[in-house]
Formats: sequence, C-alpha cells, structure tokens
Amino acid sequence: MCLGIPGQIIEITNIKHKLAIVDIGGVKREVNIACIVDEQHPLEACIGDWVLVHVGFAMNRINEQEAAETLQLFQELAAAQTGIST
Amino acid sequence: MKYVDEFREPEKAEALCREIAKLCHRLEKPIKIMEVCGGHTHSIFKYGIEEILPPAIELIHGPGCPVCVMPKGRLDDAIAISQNHNVIFATFGDAMRVPGSKTTLLQARAQGADIRMVYSPLDSLQIARDNPDKEVVFFALGFETTAPSTAFTILQAAAEEIHNFSMFSNHVLVIPALKALLDNPDLQLDGFVGPGHVSMVIGTDPYEFISQQYNKPIVVSGFEPLDILQSIWMLLQQLVENRCEVENQYNRIVQKSGNTVALQAINKVFAVRDSFDWRGLGDIPYSGLKIQSEYAQFDAELKFTIPNLKVADHKACKCGEILKGVLKPWECKVFGTACTPETPIGTCMVSSEGACAAYYKYGRLSNIAKKTIAQKPKVAITQEPLPACGFSSD
Repeated sequence: MCLGIPGQIIEITNIKHKLAIVDIGGVKREVNIACIVDEQHPLEACIGDWVLVHVGFAMNRINEQEAAETLQLFQELAAAQTGIST
Repeated sequence: MKYVDEFREPEKAEALCREIAKLCHRLEKPIKIMEVCGGHTHSIFKYGIEEILPPAIELIHGPGCPVCVMPKGRLDDAIAISQNHNVIFATFGDAMRVPGSKTTLLQARAQGADIRMVYSPLDSLQIARDNPDKEVVFFALGFETTAPSTAFTILQAAAEEIHNFSMFSNHVLVIPALKALLDNPDLQLDGFVGPGHVSMVIGTDPYEFISQQYNKPIVVSGFEPLDILQSIWMLLQQLVENRCEVENQYNRIVQKSGNTVALQAINKVFAVRDSFDWRGLGDIPYSGLKIQSEYAQFDAELKFTIPNLKVADHKACKCGEILKGVLKPWECKVFGTACTPETPIGTCMVSSEGACAAYYKYGRLSNIAKKTIAQKPKVAITQEPLPACGFSSD
C-alpha cells in the first residue's frame, strides 16, 4: 500500500484544485500535486518535474542528481570488482 | 521506467553482494536486521534477496504493513458502517479481504453492502459528488505515507462543502510502533532498514532516538533490489565500525526534514489518539490519528454508530509474534494449511506486503522450514473451529 511509482508531470489541468497529468511509464493519469507545490515551486513550474506518485498524489520530487550519484556509486563498485577479478 | 530499471541491474547487485560478504567476515557474530516496511518485505521476497545474502544476516520482517496491523474490531466497525442503509463505503483493494471477527468487506459486499474499491481517496470524494443522496465513507488507513492524501481529501471536501462525505480514520504512526518494538525484551535486533515512503513524509530526523537512546543503527531505504542491498551494506559498515547512526540510502526521494507541505496537512486535519489498538501488538500509546474536531463533520466515527469492540485474534494465529519478528511464518500452526492467501485467518496472509503472504507466494523457504511444514499436522477445521472469515466458501 505504501509503494509509489515514478512519473513525469506533463500538464497542469486544474490550477484551483492543483491537479496535473502525470506520465507514469506511458500511462497518463490525473494526480493531485498539492504536496509538492510551495513558494519555491509554483504550480506552473512543476511541468517536466519527476515525482513519486502514491494513491493519486505526487508525494515528492525525485532528486535526479542524488539518483545519478547513487547509480554512479554502484557503477564504480561493479567496475572496481571487475578489475579485481580479471 | 526511470529510476526503477536502473536500480535492478544484476551485475551491480552482484558487486554489492560481494561487498556485503566481505563485511560479514568482519562481524563478530551473526546479525538480525529488521525491515520495518511491508513494501520492503515484498521486494525482499520478490527478488530473492534473502537467498543471496550470507547466512550470517537474518532478516526480520517488521510490522510496517498497514493492512496487517488492522485489528479485527476496527474491521467490524468498518463493516458496520458499510451496512448502513444509504452508505457507499470506499476502500483500497488491500483492505477488502482482511478478516474481521465474522466477515470481510468483500463478503459484506457480496451480502449486499455498497462497497467500492478505489485507487485514491480523491476517487471516493468523486463518488460523493456523483451521489449527493448517499453518504460516502472512505476507509482511511495506512502510515504517514498515506495520511497526507487523506488529509488533502478532507481539506478538498471542506473547501467544496461536500457534506455527504466522511472518513473512518485508522491511520497509524511508525515512530510509536518502533518504540514499542524496541522496548520489547523478546526482540533482539542489530539494526533497522527504515521505511522509505513514510520517511519521504516525516524525514529522517524522527529516527534519531533509535540510534541515540537504543544504540541501534538505521538506514532509510528505497524499494528496488539495489536500494535494499545498498542499505544492508551501509548497515553492515556501521556495525563493523561500531557506529550507530541514522543514514539515508533513499536520498533521491527522502529529505532530512521530510515533506513540510504534507506534514502541515496531516497536522491540520488529524490529531494523535491517546492510544490505538494494533493487531498482534496490542495498544500502543499515541500511535493512531483521528480527525480534528474542526473537521468533525467528516469523521465517520461521529457520524455513525459503530460497535467499537475489541476482538481478540484467533488463538491459532501467530500474526502478533510474526509482526514482532519473534516467530517466522512457517512456525505458525495454521500457515500454509488452514491459512492461505485464498483463505486467510491472519492479516499477515492477506496483503502482498505481509510476511506470511510473501513466504507463501514466493515459497522461498529454507530446508529447515520446508521440513517443519512437511511435518506439520494439517489443521482439521472440524477439530478446531476457525472463524468464518477464514474461509471464502462461507
């Protein structure tokens, strides 16, 4: 029940109710984005953002830089071990 | 899919496993790690993570499946609300098969109650808009992950002045549950894999007491195989270095202070209950959320008469011990015999996030477990009467 799915905001559909269309792996669904809108992130600026969707709500933005750094760490780990084994 | 497939690559998992094995050689004794969240339990079984870990690491499956901790009495209350004439009762699919003392919501629907499965609490609000002559009740349950969505739904209902909508709140809080577990002398744990999506809302700061007062390390983790393996690797590093800290593996989603907007919505709409009954764990102080008096018109507990009775679990069911990590599912007398996903007696067999359902579905049992199950006498229904809810043929 507590799992979320990553998706990308592609369109704001209802400014008053903070609704947006999110592309989740090719499936487009209207979700509520109230949890990720604040003074630093006005509604219109959310288009293009990657978010985690849970029970019809975008719960948080996905930090692409942090994701890339974690993946880079895995890459280095795998590369270092390949080096050891050869 | 972005940030899903990248965290499932086998060669990177192999590299992490080798690092975990290296660290294991530096451990002084075998260790027990509890993954608190049911989502982690599901991933661990789905990807066979337990099987690829060194035998020195034992994973204990904790109480973080919201469906599994729902007490029978609250299910009976939900069913009682749904049986009111003029009520449309809306719920997430997971809750439909949870056994109450006599029946499940699914069976109540078969008997005529208007119970509908929804994907989001907003869907239940739409049902209320579409059916102004009916009372629509949403069965709100889940940890802090789900609480913001139900809070925003109530705020939306208040803004639109939708008067035929209410919620039956069964939201629970993870921190009091962790504290209750840590205070249990039966439980011997060396560290925690912390819940990822609860932490997305509450942040990592609330876990500081675990490292500071109980001297246990905790690593907040994502749900993909590489996330879980990296979290175990990080925990092992802490253990071999005699460190005890709150660390965040899931930093692409989780921030230290959580999601302020979501927390504000929870605090605006909900108040902490003095106590809440958890299935298998009993009463835990300050562990549940009720609707604030300001939003009383949306509180189904005030709108409807409910039985509000405490109902003991079936004596054959060991869900309580399993949720505390004291027993493994196959050690329960009814696991795999009278209790199966099709005919669940205990809640841990209902949701895919429950430990029993995960063991049953993926069949990843050790040889010892297989032997134990093979030697178990089949529980005959006629000899030991079981609650009607345990059998779908009823």
